[in-house]
Amino acid sequence: MAADTQILITSDRDVVAARQQGRAVALRTGFSMSEATLIATAISELARNIVSYANQGSVTLRPVYGSNGAIGLTIVASDSGPGIADVTLALRDGYSSSGGLGLGLPGVRRLMDEFDIVSRAGSGTTVTVTKWLP
Amino acid sequence: MQVPILKQGGVLIATIQAALSDADLLELRTALVQQVVRYRSSGVIVDVTAMDVMDSFASRTLLEISHMIRLRGAATVIVGIQPEVAFAMVQLGLTLEDIPTALDLEEGLEYLQQKARSIN
Repeated sequence: MAADTQILITSDRDVVAARQQGRAVALRTGFSMSEATLIATAISELARNIVSYANQGSVTLRPVYGSNGAIGLTIVASDSGPGIADVTLALRDGYSSSGGLGLGLPGVRRLMDEFDIVSRAGSGTTVTVTKWLP
Repeated sequence: MQVPILKQGGVLIATIQAALSDADLLELRTALVQQVVRYRSSGVIVDVTAMDVMDSFASRTLLEISHMIRLRGAATVIVGIQPEVAFAMVQLGLTLEDIPTALDLEEGLEYLQQKARSIN
């Protein structure tokens, strides 16, 4: 089983590094160029959220194996920032607390097969997403 | 990573040559708007062929570039969006509806020339 890859996110440069590593790992896992671009785009959004809202955190890339022989890639974006006060609102299309397009989190949910978010005000946010090989 | 901006007649051509950070994108926005003013350009082409990902920040910045340049009376065309990047953009909900796009540099120039002809 391939090891996890963890990328520390402290600046917008790291956002680029994270999505480039994510694309490389996705291609090695067996995803097509098109799927790897979806995954890289999702990582870019998640890593930017870390820089914008929490200043620092990490993105972990983890190849995963389902019980039915499925192969996938899980991405965990984690920070100890201020957390999200209203997760339901943050997942709504068009909502942004930062003047952005408001497509970040709902967009990531559309790009990936599985999406999970744990956030508590004051104790940070962890977003876990998985894409399975078709 | 600075984006080179080429001046060809009344048109500015910005060719993105590698993945850009958010700061790089904002720098490109400033440089393009300044040069459109300096050279009294009538059109701008942004070639994104080498961009690995077009996420919400990149899309928003391109929209801003195009809006700012339109207020100067000039037109912006985005060229070279790769098929897999386009696929991801649509899934994410980004369509760049307000900005004309063209397949490549040649078609982008053609678009701007036609637009100039239709005005004159």
